[in-house]
Amino acid sequence: MQVGLEHYLVVSALLFCLGLLGVILRRNVLIMYMSLELMLNAANLALVAMSRFNDNLNGQVMVFFIITVAAAEVAVGLALIVALYRRKQSAHVEDLTSMKL
Amino acid sequence: MSDFKIEDLAWLILLLPLASAAITGLFTQKNKVLSAKLSIGASLSAFIVSGLLFVMVPELGKYGLTVSLKWISVADFNVDIGLRIDALSKLMLLIVTGVGTAIHVFSYSYMHEDRCFSRFFSHLSLFMFSMLGIVLADNLLMMFIFWELVGVSSYLLIGFWYEKASAGDAAKKAFLTNRIGDFGFILGILLVWATLGSLNFEYLEKAVLNNPTAFGTLATAAGLLLFCGAMGKSAQFPLHVWLPDAMEGPTPVSALIHAATMVAAGVYMLCRIFFLLDIPGSEALHIISWIGAITALLAALIAVQQSDIKRILAYSTLSQLGYMVMAVGLHAPEAAMFHLTTHAFFKAMLFLGAASVIHSLHHQQDIWKMGGLQKKMPVTFWTFAIGTLALCGVPPFSGFYSKDSILSAANHHSLPLFLIGTFVAVLTTFYMGRLFFVAFLGKPKSDAASHAHESPALMTVPLQFLAVLSVVGGLIGINTMYGHFFGSEEHAAIFPESIFAPIGHDPLAAILGLLAVGIGGLGAYLLYYNATSDKFTSSFKLLSKAMSGRFYFDELYAKLIKVTQEALARFADAVDRWIIGGLLVRGVHGSVELTGRVLRLVQSGNLQTYAFLFALGAAIVMFLTLVR
Amino acid sequence: MQDIFFYIFAFLTLLCGVMVVANPFSRNPVTSAMFLVLTIASMAGLFVLLHAFFLAAVQVLVYAGAVMVLFLFVIMLLDLKEEERRKLNTYGIAAAVIGVGSIAAILVKTLAESKVGEGLAMPVKQGQVKELGNILFTQYLLPFEILSVLLLVAMVGAILLSKKDLK
Repeated sequence: MQVGLEHYLVVSALLFCLGLLGVILRRNVLIMYMSLELMLNAANLALVAMSRFNDNLNGQVMVFFIITVAAAEVAVGLALIVALYRRKQSAHVEDLTSMKL
Repeated sequence: MSDFKIEDLAWLILLLPLASAAITGLFTQKNKVLSAKLSIGASLSAFIVSGLLFVMVPELGKYGLTVSLKWISVADFNVDIGLRIDALSKLMLLIVTGVGTAIHVFSYSYMHEDRCFSRFFSHLSLFMFSMLGIVLADNLLMMFIFWELVGVSSYLLIGFWYEKASAGDAAKKAFLTNRIGDFGFILGILLVWATLGSLNFEYLEKAVLNNPTAFGTLATAAGLLLFCGAMGKSAQFPLHVWLPDAMEGPTPVSALIHAATMVAAGVYMLCRIFFLLDIPGSEALHIISWIGAITALLAALIAVQQSDIKRILAYSTLSQLGYMVMAVGLHAPEAAMFHLTTHAFFKAMLFLGAASVIHSLHHQQDIWKMGGLQKKMPVTFWTFAIGTLALCGVPPFSGFYSKDSILSAANHHSLPLFLIGTFVAVLTTFYMGRLFFVAFLGKPKSDAASHAHESPALMTVPLQFLAVLSVVGGLIGINTMYGHFFGSEEHAAIFPESIFAPIGHDPLAAILGLLAVGIGGLGAYLLYYNATSDKFTSSFKLLSKAMSGRFYFDELYAKLIKVTQEALARFADAVDRWIIGGLLVRGVHGSVELTGRVLRLVQSGNLQTYAFLFALGAAIVMFLTLVR
Repeated sequence: MQDIFFYIFAFLTLLCGVMVVANPFSRNPVTSAMFLVLTIASMAGLFVLLHAFFLAAVQVLVYAGAVMVLFLFVIMLLDLKEEERRKLNTYGIAAAVIGVGSIAAILVKTLAESKVGEGLAMPVKQGQVKELGNILFTQYLLPFEILSVLLLVAMVGAILLSKKDLK
């Protein structure tokens, strides 16, 4: 069977679900963050595949942007995690409940 | 001023007291004499202008003539500030300004030592303005406005000595009681406007003439609602309670307000709108006559056992007002106005005489501490005697003629009312005789009484002026003028035949009236001549107690108000507590809090729960968009 | 030939993804980070298969290079041994399975039913880097510039947040 768009999309969907699973399941903030990256990459994969099969480069440009934004997000997010860790001495989500009333 | 007409002077009558009130009220508080002169001057000028109008404005048709300015004009609702000049208002103007001027002059002397002398005169002028406004008004709305102004100025005057708690209370009582009546009055005005579409007297009268059944079934209601206003102002049963208490004001005020003018306003108003009461199918007049009779009887009974000189006069005023209202109810407005006029003369004089006595006895008001004033205060004594005779209805004093015309009207229409009227005449003579014998004759019953001296000329001159009027008031054809105005030709006799006119006209009424005077006078003489204590009290203990307790109307009203107020307060409290506080405030607060509590469970602070809920939400959205 | 590569890379991607999220042998974040690198590398392979050469290069450079270095740096900065001792709770797993399972089911079902790839042949096109650059610097110039500002802001933010006495 010829590999088509749907194959890529299935991979993308599964990867996305894996990322989501990680976010919900893991309690280490860092690993949650990695899972988020997975989800972003799943979206990237879908975009690139769409771009390829529709013979349109806009999707790739979007992926380029996403990668940049993700890099920025990781930088800020990790800085936040470090700051939080300094204060709480933990990177565990169950300890990070100061927003709760 | 080529188009100047003599009737335009009427504006002057209205505006002079107003200007005087404003000037004395605002600028001349410090200068007592100037204030008094301004106020007296305004009143006197108004009197002179009224006299000019009386003489120079020719005899006018039924509707008189009006001078008016446009005031309110909204859609088809038009109200003018109009002055109506006809026989009724011309005479009433003379009474108000004449008696008013006499009282002004009297007050100048009586109030001389008072701290707030200027304020007193400013209020007096304000009162004159309001009262003249009622007299001159040519429509119901304007009348109502001045009606309220009279209420306010009487409030100010009754509460003039506001340092005294009783005076303040009396002022409030008078004002509030009047308000009850005025509420009915304005409802009546609204009803008239809704039915006939105008408030102008002339228009209304023509409209009623053309279409007597315009009110339909509401005729009685309209009449009675309008009568409510008179009930408050003229202190008719059951709103009579304020008048005796209003005696807390300075005595000249009592003379002005509670004898000659304000209380007369109610009767005047009834005569003004008589055409609205006297329409086919209306029971209003019938009820009015009975209320008048009840008031007359009750007040006369109460007056028998009062010992405060001013209160006796107050109840006597009530009783006479009852007569007038009864006369209106008996289709005899001319008799009512006639009695109003003569009553204004002699009752104002009686009050001023009482003021003179009180003044010289250093504010002693108890008749059982007076006595023996005949030699010491001759002018006051004789004028008071004239007033008493006039009030009792002894010919040829004015009271006889006016009372006789009322009794004769009662004789024509209703036997029970005639009997009540005659009995009240007996009582009148009795309590006035009691007052006169106890307070003026006999031996001095206190130190103050034995050291009494005659009042200054400024007090006695007004007394003499009013005494002359009281003597001749019944003979100079006032009744004829009123008779013309109300379209009757009965009393056509002129002086000197008019002295004997009553006997010829209605012998039964005249003779019974005279008999009543005789019986009452005899009773008073037997009981009170040279008496030092009240034999009536000791003989009829229970009756006397009820009488001196004023038949416990005040207590009854107090109780009634207390109960109603308490019930209302409880109801309001329940509404506040359960509906507003419970349902609205706490309900809202409770439901918000409940929602908040439920929602707080979601806010666990656990990041993963959020993520899970987020995923679930996303799943639902996707399910709704993609699958379904 | 390309199909075989696709299956290999897809399998590697998913396998490494699973190892990132739920490594049955180790709960150490470093392991997860390493598997993330592998995931991203295999995805770069998929990108190559899709003729997105430039993106494949960027993916490797930015993710496997910069981002992963950052992750490892932070992991080493923090002392995260504690995490290993904690156990997964059953409620959490159940919730995750329900949430993720439903989404996965919906996605797969939709893909299976919609037949998105039908009628879309794989076009043959070379030299896409040049064209991408062309689009990026003409049509998407403004977003590109804004993105640079975003990076600057992120940089400032990161420096500010990692200052010691954060107030």
